[in-house]
Amino acid sequence: MKNMKTMTFKKLIGSISLMFMSLMASAQDGVEMADLMRSNGKIFVVVGVLLIIFLGLTSFMVILERKLSKLEKKASEK
Amino acid sequence: MSGIWWKILAVLLVSYAIVGGMLLDVPELPILNESIRNLYYHVTMWFSMMLLLLVSFIGSIRFLLTGQSKFDRIALHSAYVGISLGILGILTGSLWAKFTWGAFWVSDPKLNGAAVTLLIYIAYLILRNSIEDESKRPRISAVYNIFSFVLLIVFLVILPRTTDSLHPGNGGNPAFSTYDLDSTMRMVFYPAIIGWTLFGWWMVQLSMRLSVLNEKYEDNDI
Repeated sequence: MKNMKTMTFKKLIGSISLMFMSLMASAQDGVEMADLMRSNGKIFVVVGVLLIIFLGLTSFMVILERKLSKLEKKASEK
Repeated sequence: MSGIWWKILAVLLVSYAIVGGMLLDVPELPILNESIRNLYYHVTMWFSMMLLLLVSFIGSIRFLLTGQSKFDRIALHSAYVGISLGILGILTGSLWAKFTWGAFWVSDPKLNGAAVTLLIYIAYLILRNSIEDESKRPRISAVYNIFSFVLLIVFLVILPRTTDSLHPGNGGNPAFSTYDLDSTMRMVFYPAIIGWTLFGWWMVQLSMRLSVLNEKYEDNDI
């Protein structure tokens, strides 16, 4: 009798978790659009972050170069 | 090199290496898994370092031949940027080693050779700063710099190949065949080296221009 109870309990837990899993799956299947940034484990997001950092460093270089050019111009005028 | 086109090329090539390196197909190998993609970033740091230190080496030779201070400046500032890339190379390599070999550092001919090379170049900077006589400083450090590059070739290229090493590319452990560096990987790897070297040269140029300004300021020309 006790064994039966645990069996039903396990079955209940099992079916509930299966239900949740199917819900989650259907939620994903239902709303998922052709979204590049969310595909392949969102690796494109990482690529985006890397690009932003690198282009940020590049803009730093450009700004630094402009400042240097200004200073050089000033120095040659004196 | 003057002009803006090679700088744009550098940025485009590195951006391509970042995107292509993360997204293009790579050989599926055990232990390495996706970390094989580090080839595009970690190894690139070392190759760019070697190219910039080659520039530094040539700068020192030309300084000794001509005595023009601009070559000494090229040698010094290429060494600055080269050493910086080397430090990035050793840090990235250490992290990669932790997750493939199990330790941040193993006593391996390639790794120790890389560490010794960096120390040799750091000693170049220390030597430079310790010579007070401004007429001797560039000449003595140019001679040292020429020997440094020879030692770099010995420690990074020759010695690791004479013994067995965990690190790919040495002894009975050739890099390109273990990585199966197929045409796809080469298509990212080589542009990445060119891109980072050009980007490094851009840094060298800015650093040199700053030092020219600084010298003028110290000579009270400004």
